[in-house]
Amino acid sequence: MSFGLHSAVDPSGPQAARIAQLWWLMFWVSAGVFVAVTAFLFVALFRSAVSRQRTAGRAEAQRRTGAVVGGASIVTALIIVGLLLVDVSTTRALATAPAAAPLRIEVVGHQWWWEVHYPDETPSQAVTTANEIHIPVGRPVALELTSRDVIHSFWVPSLQGKRDLIPGHVNTAWLQADVPGLFHGQCAEFCGAQHAHMAFLIVAEPERSFSAWLADQRRPATAPASADETQGQAVFLSLPCALCHTVRGTSAWGQNGPDLTHLASRRQLAAGTLPNTHGDLAECLMDPHRVKPGVKMPPTPVESGLQALLAYLESLR
Amino acid sequence: MAFRPCLGLLLFAAGGTILLGSCRRETRRLQENPLAGARAEGIRVGQLQPGPKVSVPDTGTPYEANAYAISEGQRLYNWFNCVGCHAHGGGAIGPPLMDDVWIYGSEPANIFASIVEGRPNGMPAFRGKIADYQVWQIVAYVRSLAGLEPTSATPARDDHLQPKRKKSP
Repeated sequence: MSFGLHSAVDPSGPQAARIAQLWWLMFWVSAGVFVAVTAFLFVALFRSAVSRQRTAGRAEAQRRTGAVVGGASIVTALIIVGLLLVDVSTTRALATAPAAAPLRIEVVGHQWWWEVHYPDETPSQAVTTANEIHIPVGRPVALELTSRDVIHSFWVPSLQGKRDLIPGHVNTAWLQADVPGLFHGQCAEFCGAQHAHMAFLIVAEPERSFSAWLADQRRPATAPASADETQGQAVFLSLPCALCHTVRGTSAWGQNGPDLTHLASRRQLAAGTLPNTHGDLAECLMDPHRVKPGVKMPPTPVESGLQALLAYLESLR
Repeated sequence: MAFRPCLGLLLFAAGGTILLGSCRRETRRLQENPLAGARAEGIRVGQLQPGPKVSVPDTGTPYEANAYAISEGQRLYNWFNCVGCHAHGGGAIGPPLMDDVWIYGSEPANIFASIVEGRPNGMPAFRGKIADYQVWQIVAYVRSLAGLEPTSATPARDDHLQPKRKKSP
């Protein structure tokens, strides 16, 4: 059974599998309790008036009622304590560092997008991207989560539970994908007007294609090849764009918006709001407030330079 | 007997309606026109002028006493690195913004011109680099640093320095 990219009952990693186990255990226990309680309710409702009158007031009947109520209370307490124990052991397992050497990824939450760093011992080899996290299949990933403005929450239901991103504090979470594929993530803590449009993608791929992707992301931006792209780059650098966005290899190194060095290699725009197509990119540039009302990016009067700018941005593979 | 709870409910509704009136404080525009706000072209810096007195048109900011704009201005003040030179109003290699000294004028249009045109000795010109409505938001925040915006619109508790409040303007 397939539940799509975003499902806690369709786990694709060991952490999500533990959570799904806990969920199904709670589901079946609750279902059993519900059936039992309903059964007792029906017995009480449909017991004949005759048998009720016959047993009323007898000492033996009172003792039996006491035993039933007392027994039910004890069973309830045992079930709750049992579920608590399973819950604590699941939470401990989720918080335990895996044995294998993990891949470290830093995620910074912003209103309303995700900044993603792949740190490296050599600073020039570190990679910065946004809203799309590539991970190798079968290798544990250590996420270091923080926020630049308000509290956000990192949630990929198919891989892991929720973990908050708190300004001025680094939270850690582990996750691992056992199968290659796309997984949808979403901010799970209300963070402002565009909280619903703060999504991201996790791309789990075999180690080899992951390494190739990482090597590709390390490159500075492709130099403009055609006259159109050259003009587009000039437009980009002359407009307010460069004050917030970085294109590595150019003089644009603003740190307030997503890194655009390899924008065209990403699948989605505006933190999972739109697919990365020509038309949607144009809409994001011309009127971002229509796509995401309240977004921090100001509308930019590009006018005649739009097509050149689009050509340049689409060359940033 | 039945009259009492009815009266209570009525009083509650009336009180609630009156309270609702206090909710509306200012307009919070989520969709901005990039060209909004009149450009403060050729704003005068000094008071002196030759010849007969010319009345200067009043160029207020579109964000006077607007709490949302002031908080947005605070964010942009950090984003565009005003902090780098002016610190959080106390000044560093740039002049302080929270005192009473205004070299180029304290009117919104003066501050707008300072940001957009730049000033000698190090203030860069941000013309074309920051959308006009965002410059006006920064103007509102800079004025709030010096206590020129009403206290009803400025944050009650600022994370940074705060000047002594003047008597409410």
